[in-house]
Amino acid sequence: MNENRKRISELESKAKILRQDVIKCIGVGVAGHVGGSCSAADLVTALYFYKMKYDPKNPHWEGRDYFLLSKGHVAILQYAALAEAGFFPVEDLPRCKEVGFHLQGHPHLSTPGIEVGTGSLGQGLSLGLGMAIGLKLDDKPNRVYVLVGDGEQNEGQIWEAAMAAAAKQMDNLCAIIDNNTLQAQGPIAERLPSEPIAEKWKAFGWNVIEIDGHNMEEIITALDQAETIKGKPTAIIAHTVKGKGISFAENVTGFHNRALTQEEYDQALAELA
Amino acid sequence: MAETNQRTVYGQTLVELCRENPNILVLDADLGGSTMGKMVEQALPDQHIEMGIAEANMASVAGGLAQVGKIPFINSFAVFAAGRAYDQIRQSISIGKLNVKIVGSSAGCSDFGDGSTHQSIEDIAIMRAIPNMTVIVPADANETAAATRYMAENKGTMYMRLNRNSYDNVTEEGTPFRFNEPAVVREGSDVTVFACGIMVGKALEAAEQLADRISVRVVNVSTIKPLNAEKIKEYAKDVRGIVTAEEHSIVGGLGGAVAECLRRERIPMEFVGVNDRFGESAHCYADILERLGLTAAHIAEAVESIYNG
Repeated sequence: MNENRKRISELESKAKILRQDVIKCIGVGVAGHVGGSCSAADLVTALYFYKMKYDPKNPHWEGRDYFLLSKGHVAILQYAALAEAGFFPVEDLPRCKEVGFHLQGHPHLSTPGIEVGTGSLGQGLSLGLGMAIGLKLDDKPNRVYVLVGDGEQNEGQIWEAAMAAAAKQMDNLCAIIDNNTLQAQGPIAERLPSEPIAEKWKAFGWNVIEIDGHNMEEIITALDQAETIKGKPTAIIAHTVKGKGISFAENVTGFHNRALTQEEYDQALAELA
Repeated sequence: MAETNQRTVYGQTLVELCRENPNILVLDADLGGSTMGKMVEQALPDQHIEMGIAEANMASVAGGLAQVGKIPFINSFAVFAAGRAYDQIRQSISIGKLNVKIVGSSAGCSDFGDGSTHQSIEDIAIMRAIPNMTVIVPADANETAAATRYMAENKGTMYMRLNRNSYDNVTEEGTPFRFNEPAVVREGSDVTVFACGIMVGKALEAAEQLADRISVRVVNVSTIKPLNAEKIKEYAKDVRGIVTAEEHSIVGGLGGAVAECLRRERIPMEFVGVNDRFGESAHCYADILERLGLTAAHIAEAVESIYNG
């Protein structure tokens, strides 16, 4: 097995662990965002375990790259990545949403490794843009990655940020669109159709890369390529499946934010093993 | 003579502060000519960022800038700064206690010609309701300079509202900002008027008009949040009653804040402010202040009613 194949295989295993963590984090009988966590799990795995520079022992290390979860409702996915990366113990995950505990229902600065609070959709890209502008003013090489939901593109602020990021030529900013085609109330194509997405980002002045968001090789190639583009920000449009990896949740709108039964919990972990 | 326009002195102070600290950045949403962000744009273009007509994006961008060590001042008319970007200020900035300074210009009805869409009568209430937010309303241009410097030099999420028009200073030039220190600008023993912004000067006028019959203490409350409860109680307890005066709705502003503070005290209280209505266009500032009940005569009337029980 060559180096590249080995690395991809390791990342694929890691993505599986993140999905397992997500399920363990949600547990039984408590609502959680399974669908959107699983659609973005491969993307987040590639960022935390392939692309980004960071120091889990020193979360504020100046040399780090920044990851912002604009679709803040899948906080549990980021918590899984942060725990697996060593920012805090994996044992913390099931305590998510416990009163007084650092793991909130949406990302909050109380958690080590969280850069900004998100949850009100549409704001993460602007926050990332602010970081990108500040870093560039200081001639720093750090990169900023923002995970945006495809439903989230309903928000006008996404396009305010898109317009401004291109105008300011923020090539240190990379938006990754988790294009799982479902929003909370159903298929985007039926609720508020937003295609053609790639053409929109291109028209706003972004470098656009379209990939299969579950193909690890395509993901890391896109992330590498984004870094080489100068003078404009990059949008990676990742075509994904909501609930990916859990047969009964795949492409099912109901798993946007739902509690699992004991049976579903067991089955999900068995399928992700 | 000292500068008497809050916006002008704000712009001048920003330029000074930007020269002193390259991490200070001034953001505008295509209103730099009014907010005076243009002064920074002209003097130090690298420290001014034009965000276009997109206040929501501007507010969240400021949050991102703060998280990489910058000190952003975001500027617009108060009605847009506090209203249009409310959710971004709440979610992107205040929950994280980020070091962002929000400056609402042309506040109250000071943009008299543009009418109700541009006159902010609820920005203090909106900003005051957000946890982690500091709310500052300078009485005049002199205090604006001091408050602007205070905001730049102290960490925290802060909102400051500024008047569009020029009027006489009531505080001393060059005095450092007295954060969270309600200041007696005129002593008196019968009735206390707690005022902010342009209404401090109008309260002084009212006190002068009443001087031969009623002794009026005037207190400048330029820090509305946090509110110094100890001082408010001290100045409210040794008089017959109190009046609050603000160029803002009587719902949720200075009057509301003072009333919350005095909720356990049995002190007669009257509000001078905008009576739960929107503004409207006027040919001059005096006309709209009169129309909305925001003159020295209105304050004097309220003082008399408290004095007479």
